[in-house]
Amino acid sequence: MELGEDERDIDREWIGLELNPFDDQALEQAVLLKESVAARVTAIAAEAEGGERMLKTALARGVDEVRLIELDEEAVQLSSRARAPLYAEAIAEIAPDLVLTGVLSTDDLYGELAPLLGAILDWPQVSAASQVTQKGASVTVRQEYSGGAAAMVEMQLPAVVGLQTASRPPRYVPGSKLRDLLKVEIPTSEPSVEPGADLADATTLELPDSSGGAEMIDGNAEVVAEKIHGILSERGLV
Amino acid sequence: MRCLIYVEHNGGQVAESALQLGTLAKSIGAEAVGLVCAGDGEAVADLTRQLSGFDAALGVADPVVSAYNAQAAAKALTQCVETQAPDLVMTSYSTAGIDLAPTVSIKADLPMIGYVLELAIDGDGLAAVSMVYGGKLRAKTEIATPCIVAVMPGAAKAEALAGQPAPNAEMIQVDLSGLAMTVVETLEPESSDVNLAEAEKIFCVGRALGGTEKIGVAEEMAAALGAELAGSRPVIDAGWMPKVRQVGKSGTKVKPKLYFMAGVSGAPEHLEGMEDSELIIAINSDEQAPIFGKAHYGAVCDMFQLLPALTARLNAGK
Repeated sequence: MELGEDERDIDREWIGLELNPFDDQALEQAVLLKESVAARVTAIAAEAEGGERMLKTALARGVDEVRLIELDEEAVQLSSRARAPLYAEAIAEIAPDLVLTGVLSTDDLYGELAPLLGAILDWPQVSAASQVTQKGASVTVRQEYSGGAAAMVEMQLPAVVGLQTASRPPRYVPGSKLRDLLKVEIPTSEPSVEPGADLADATTLELPDSSGGAEMIDGNAEVVAEKIHGILSERGLV
Repeated sequence: MRCLIYVEHNGGQVAESALQLGTLAKSIGAEAVGLVCAGDGEAVADLTRQLSGFDAALGVADPVVSAYNAQAAAKALTQCVETQAPDLVMTSYSTAGIDLAPTVSIKADLPMIGYVLELAIDGDGLAAVSMVYGGKLRAKTEIATPCIVAVMPGAAKAEALAGQPAPNAEMIQVDLSGLAMTVVETLEPESSDVNLAEAEKIFCVGRALGGTEKIGVAEEMAAALGAELAGSRPVIDAGWMPKVRQVGKSGTKVKPKLYFMAGVSGAPEHLEGMEDSELIIAINSDEQAPIFGKAHYGAVCDMFQLLPALTARLNAGK
């Protein structure tokens, strides 16, 4: 990972993009709800490099509809705080019972998207959730706390969930299914609200100072194994 | 400067991370005011007595908040922010903090930063350092007050304020009727034969393990080392190991004599659970993996070459 010239953002030119793990879990959970309670699932994304491909992946995984929110070219790397009003507007139009987001992602650096949406829409929200089940006009989730503690929380719908783990690991989608969707047109919508004010202009990024970090062991696997064995023996750990 | 701190607690004990926020507030010369939400006045008083070194405390007593309820807590914190007008609001970067800090930032229209590791006074505002991109980069942000920060557990030492007098809670009324959220059941960690918290040696594998078909390599390594086998969050989420074997923020916090790890990048959530280990040895194929900033010894190599080689050596006793 490298910094861009102005140190405001990372250099994205050569970064390979894939759906980040928590959004992957959220997408899987949505499809599981479609299968278990016949939920109708819409996947939305804001325009960014790879955004269309992600939505095609979502279609391949089984969502019913997708929508790409158009952004100005210079606005494609907005923070969650900036994007939240745009998503909230699209969500209000779609009027779902449940909004699922990944609890954290590379474009949601502080894991704030789900609570921001909950606050803007004035819907109940929990983050770090798993085990989502729907019954009538409510949804029950397991909220995870530190040290392995948890609670079962019931929310009246509509609600927002920042998902940590889907009820089942995300399914595999064969490349052929994705190729079939290559020519599909992704519907877009133009936001009518302004992005939220954020701290992007007040933030600079830097690589952590790696001095004082690990003493690095060089060599091939056999050499590294020998040295690690030596360190463990010296300390009486083996 | 007045700093309002959301005080998390569990089982009648104030969370260590909440006490750390008190230390951090005092370290920048701020007045530390705790917000304690609990089921009744007695519980609020018991918890407030644990807030050594805090300057003041506000108490909310309502059966609805006898266990943490995200919507109720956000309502209480928002009301306090509006009526008390603190210069700074602090939560831990915990599950509750992730719920509360962004919610209150919208409701009270304040700027917010998460993953905060360092905080200092900077002119009329604050300068914060946070870890982003899974700990691979540091973000420095200048932020005007009033504002909200969600602070990584471990950013300050709780002991710094130990032994100092605790305040008495001033009770406040918050309307917690009509909530759309109910905590149905609280769940303690599952008990099992696996006890990572007490283990002297732990071998932890990360996402690079690739799948359950490779788990034998990890099990043999752990057995040869006489270590308990553990996994990072992606390993548990993928279903490759049970939850009791998870180390980190949403798993178990450990402090073994040896923490040997393979294929774990070292996201802040993982470091939070193991950084106090006596000896940390990390191997990873990515030389930029943040874990190398925290480990004592590191090597850049393929775990599927290194682990069998090391296992063979340990089994041969040489």
